Amino acid sequence: MLELQGIAVSPGVAIGQALVFDREGYQISRSRSATADGNQEWLRLKAAIDVAAAKLDASAQETSDKLGARLGGIFTAQLQMLLDRRLHEELEQLIQKQSYSAEFAVSEVLNGYAAAFRRAGSSFLAERAGDIRDIERSLLEGLSGVPTQTLREISKPAIIASHDLTPGETAVMDPRKVLGLCTETGGPGGHTAIVARGLEIPAVVGIGPFLHLLRVDDSIIVDGHLGRVLINPDDHTRERYLARREHRQSIARELTELRDLPACTSDGIRVELMANIEFPNEGQACLDRGADGVGLYRTEFLYLGSEADPSEEDHFQAYVQVARDMAGKPVVMRTLDLGADKMGMTPYAHQENNPFLGLRSIRLSLRNPALFRIQIRAMLRAASEGDIRIMFPMITTLDELRTARFLLRSIAEDLREEGYVVRNDIPIGMMVEVPAAVIMLDRFIQEVDFVSIGTNDLTQYVLAVDRGNEAVADLYQACDPAVLRLIQKTWEIATQHNISISVCGEMSNHPALALLLVGMGIRVLSVAPSAIPVLKKAIRSVTIGQCQAMAWRAMRLDTAKEVDAFLQNQLAGLVPEMVLQA
Amino acid sequence: MSQSLSTATVLVSNSQGLHMRPANLLATTASKFLSVVTLSREGQSVDCKSILGILTLGAFQGSQIEVLADGPDAEIAIATIVNLFQRGFDEPAE
Repeated sequence: MLELQGIAVSPGVAIGQALVFDREGYQISRSRSATADGNQEWLRLKAAIDVAAAKLDASAQETSDKLGARLGGIFTAQLQMLLDRRLHEELEQLIQKQSYSAEFAVSEVLNGYAAAFRRAGSSFLAERAGDIRDIERSLLEGLSGVPTQTLREISKPAIIASHDLTPGETAVMDPRKVLGLCTETGGPGGHTAIVARGLEIPAVVGIGPFLHLLRVDDSIIVDGHLGRVLINPDDHTRERYLARREHRQSIARELTELRDLPACTSDGIRVELMANIEFPNEGQACLDRGADGVGLYRTEFLYLGSEADPSEEDHFQAYVQVARDMAGKPVVMRTLDLGADKMGMTPYAHQENNPFLGLRSIRLSLRNPALFRIQIRAMLRAASEGDIRIMFPMITTLDELRTARFLLRSIAEDLREEGYVVRNDIPIGMMVEVPAAVIMLDRFIQEVDFVSIGTNDLTQYVLAVDRGNEAVADLYQACDPAVLRLIQKTWEIATQHNISISVCGEMSNHPALALLLVGMGIRVLSVAPSAIPVLKKAIRSVTIGQCQAMAWRAMRLDTAKEVDAFLQNQLAGLVPEMVLQA
Repeated sequence: MSQSLSTATVLVSNSQGLHMRPANLLATTASKFLSVVTLSREGQSVDCKSILGILTLGAFQGSQIEVLADGPDAEIAIATIVNLFQRGFDEPAE
């Protein structure tokens, strides 16, 4: 049995057969045509192009229906590239005049374009290189007549193991067939992570090279909680994981009954459980899980498709859909939280050495008012249709907060002049995720309506760890005492000033940590929708006194390891049926 | 082809540069003409009738592009292409 460690990006446990999805290994017939009939070969390729074009057209439609027009646009763009005239001329030239086989011509020409795109140095073009690879694969498959399996077409359920996955591939994953994902590269913010979470497929990325270790039909376990991948697990391990899964499934069955019950401790203290969402169509899933609202609507997906920046209308449609679906329950929208490196074609910043410390998030928005304006206009317009609240990420200085609020007010005025009805009572808040924000919170608190602690980034910044860096990822621990002290301080100041406070990082997905936060005084948690039933169960099984005692003790421990061990222990005592044997 | 050659220099004005939509518009428009139309930027020349070619230019906002048309309808080809650039490919102004 081989045990590997990667980055857990989508929770759950998958047990099954490994299917290695490795384009690099695809055998290309690198030959000249056997016959001198270039014409025949060219006709063969044209037929393959037609088939690929029809498939792309169908995929564009299907993906738009399932995941929205932005992701559907990935396939429309691929189609336009596939039908490029020059591409056909180059291919025909190689086949007719230089006797290349169709396969070799496809491979040669498309690799040339992919390389040119990667060299150009913009993230937009680098993604187009991924599209070119999708097209190449599709054509080679059509030519060989033996379908390689796309993630849509696998015959039996399997766990996919791959070097990485292109946007086109992740967009067509069928969760009934794809049981889990594990990739050699990748991080928590990539396409694979985001789509895996949206589809609730367990996923572990950033494992490093491991595909060469897999043999055909090896069995594999992907642990999306701990970021572990086990190849050919021994019977004992297998049993343990199977038992855990069965256990979780039976809990899940019980939990659906909890949907309409409130998340109250057994002695009546109410905790609001909200949901973190990425996509506009997740609103319904939130309600199905019994969420009290959307505590964090990440708006970055709008920038993930292959097309240009989204328009105000694109933003508005995405926001108003959730506002309506949530029918009066609060929805907290976060303004753009991306780095300059992810922002399409325009180089907003030169190659940054430290993107996390660079021109990202609110800094990017304030530096590009035109961009910011589009998003704010759409949010303000959507705010008339529900209980919308707006939150600024990564606020570091009072200047930033004041400028952002000022811009928001003046944009609201402009909208009113244009005839829109804009509420003047929209709660405006900030994320507390930069250490400076905690240190200066007593000042910030005077100028916001609410705060939300972003534990993901707060943990990174305060422990100086890049959680996507495989070399140090184990230092990233949300239960590190340093992080806990900052959370406590934030809570104290917010409570003193009677300002609403929530925690919206991944930390609260774990029942033990959630109870710790409740014990520290937090009454609003925003978590992955799939975590809501589990947390509700945990909260309903304890008294506030037990949570507070737990928090008191945890805050006096020295290291993350001690806190973690202590919390697991506590959870075992308080909610025994929930404990997962590691 | 006849000896008609037309050139012009244009500036990429729209904020996203020559991404998918303008590249597609340029390719489709250029393909309507008989002339060979090329776009050049910093020494790199591409066929304006090819969306892949245009994308390889990686032209962002502010880039200067030389347009060249060679053929019987070179003048109208240039005028039409230049017009597209000047209209910012009809993208909403920001």
